[in-house]
Amino acid sequence: MSTLEIRGLKVSVETEQGAIEILKGVDLTIKSGETHAIMGPNGSGKSTLAYSIAGHPKYTITGGTVTLDGADVLEMTVDERAKAGLFLAMQYPVEVPGVSVSNFLRTAATALRGEAPKLREWVGEVKAAMETLKMDPSFAQRNVNEGFSGGEKKRHEIMQLELLKPKFAILDETDSGLDVDALRVVSEGVVRAKEANNHGILLITHYTRILKYIKPDFVHVFANGRIVEEGGPELADKLEANGYAEYVSA
Amino acid sequence: MTTLQSNILEKHTPSGREEAWRFTPLKRLGGMHDGTATPVLRNSLMAKGELPAGVSLTRTTITAVTETDDAIVNRIREFTDQGTILEIASNTEVASPIFLGRATGALDTAEFARVLIKVGTHTKATVIIENTGDTHLAEDLEIAVGPGSNLTLISLQEWGAQTVHAGRHHAIVDRDATFKSIVVTVGGNLVRLLPTVDFIAPGASCDLSGVYFATAGQFFEHRMFVDHKVPNAKSRVNYKGALAGDKAHTVWIGDVFIRAAAEGTDTYELNRNLLLSDGARADSVPNLEIETGEIVGAGHASTTGRFDDEQLFYLMSRGINMEDARRLVVRGFFNEIVSEIGIDEIQNRIMTRIDNELAKAGK
Repeated sequence: MSTLEIRGLKVSVETEQGAIEILKGVDLTIKSGETHAIMGPNGSGKSTLAYSIAGHPKYTITGGTVTLDGADVLEMTVDERAKAGLFLAMQYPVEVPGVSVSNFLRTAATALRGEAPKLREWVGEVKAAMETLKMDPSFAQRNVNEGFSGGEKKRHEIMQLELLKPKFAILDETDSGLDVDALRVVSEGVVRAKEANNHGILLITHYTRILKYIKPDFVHVFANGRIVEEGGPELADKLEANGYAEYVSA
Repeated sequence: MTTLQSNILEKHTPSGREEAWRFTPLKRLGGMHDGTATPVLRNSLMAKGELPAGVSLTRTTITAVTETDDAIVNRIREFTDQGTILEIASNTEVASPIFLGRATGALDTAEFARVLIKVGTHTKATVIIENTGDTHLAEDLEIAVGPGSNLTLISLQEWGAQTVHAGRHHAIVDRDATFKSIVVTVGGNLVRLLPTVDFIAPGASCDLSGVYFATAGQFFEHRMFVDHKVPNAKSRVNYKGALAGDKAHTVWIGDVFIRAAAEGTDTYELNRNLLLSDGARADSVPNLEIETGEIVGAGHASTTGRFDDEQLFYLMSRGINMEDARRLVVRGFFNEIVSEIGIDEIQNRIMTRIDNELAKAGK
């Protein structure tokens, strides 16, 4: 059993007009096997939360703590956070020209597992992950995210989730830009990975539609840089009916 | 603005003010350009292994195919009419690459070398020149590609740290012939190469690709000139370079001249540079002069940038450490061109050398 604990997290970004505070004190605790949905309007700071936990250099932590089983995540480099068990599925995965998916995945798996996976077993693992996400085998020879459609990028992120087996997965708007079929395939991949690894999930989304496939245990409403309401799955139904108006105007 | 016609290389001893010489640190040329070097005839270019059928390598008298205004090439031609001819017979498909190479020579003299690669008609071949060791080399290399032939020339500058190498690789490409050049410059103190192309009949095409990686104190210059003077010829230029370390300096000049007669020309040139540290300098000058509007296309692009933080973040967020992430990005950057060599052993060797240069620069 692992615990990701966020306490009083404050984050700002540098702009030409000076530092702007985006997160204004976020408290959240996620345990293995739990699925937490963070829902909120655009610009509320949801993605900043995701990138700050992963350690993106653009964000400056001005207060609070993030710990994983007691270890100080904020003191870790980006790769150390991944090795500690954090995984961020990005809303806009980055193109890496000239680096094949196959080379990238194997390099990542080697880094995270501490040794190169045995070639034969690894080929089988990758093949199985690609088949379940309905990806063409030629995908492995393409360059990372280069020329991928929106759906291919998301499938590639979830394929990494299946292969890299983190303790906690942060899914940043994984549903954005997906048609109904792709949303189902990707969501099933998330559910399958969780069944296999029992990791905790922090699911960041604007819409409720992905929650039909990935059932949250807890729903947190995010507005203006902090969590403004918390509840069970029923809170998502309320948001579906009423939208975010009451939180934005508040 | 100087036109490309005035931009051709000067015949007299360069002073450094000429367009063709303005980037080159003349003092580091070992006197090849001004007559103070001690020239020697060494004919150091050797075949590695047995030559395939239809291919011959002979030491003999050479008659230049083209005139040039390059000061160093003219000094070579004044010094000697002897050189090496690699001849590939007509109607031959040479299945395996022809390996040639040079190794360590001397640093107190300069080898003045003349080489002619003569490719017959309707012939297909790949020639690889592996340059290693420490030497001073002034090189006059002409390549005549006969009608309907297809030649790939791979010139690998894997020199030692003291080498000075100034060379002109001039291809004369005949009707419906294809010339592909891959230049790799990863070693040497100073390397100045002039991959230039003359199209002499319609339907000819060339593809000039190259990679270079300069670390502290190294100067690598690659100066193309593609002369479109006949109709319906096609040229592509794609050079990628990385620089790391104090006073690492690279120069890429892409001159393309589309003359009035060259209707139907299709040309595009690209140079990308990756600056991996402070104190390094990449000069990149694409130069397109067009005398006719009746062309298929003409374009160029040049970019110089640093590591993309988003790429490094993405890789590191998957557990890959900074050093490995940088290595992946640099390998990826060069992969597009290095993979065109098509010989695993050479590709792996070049990539390992690039890894080592990067690791050295990181310290």
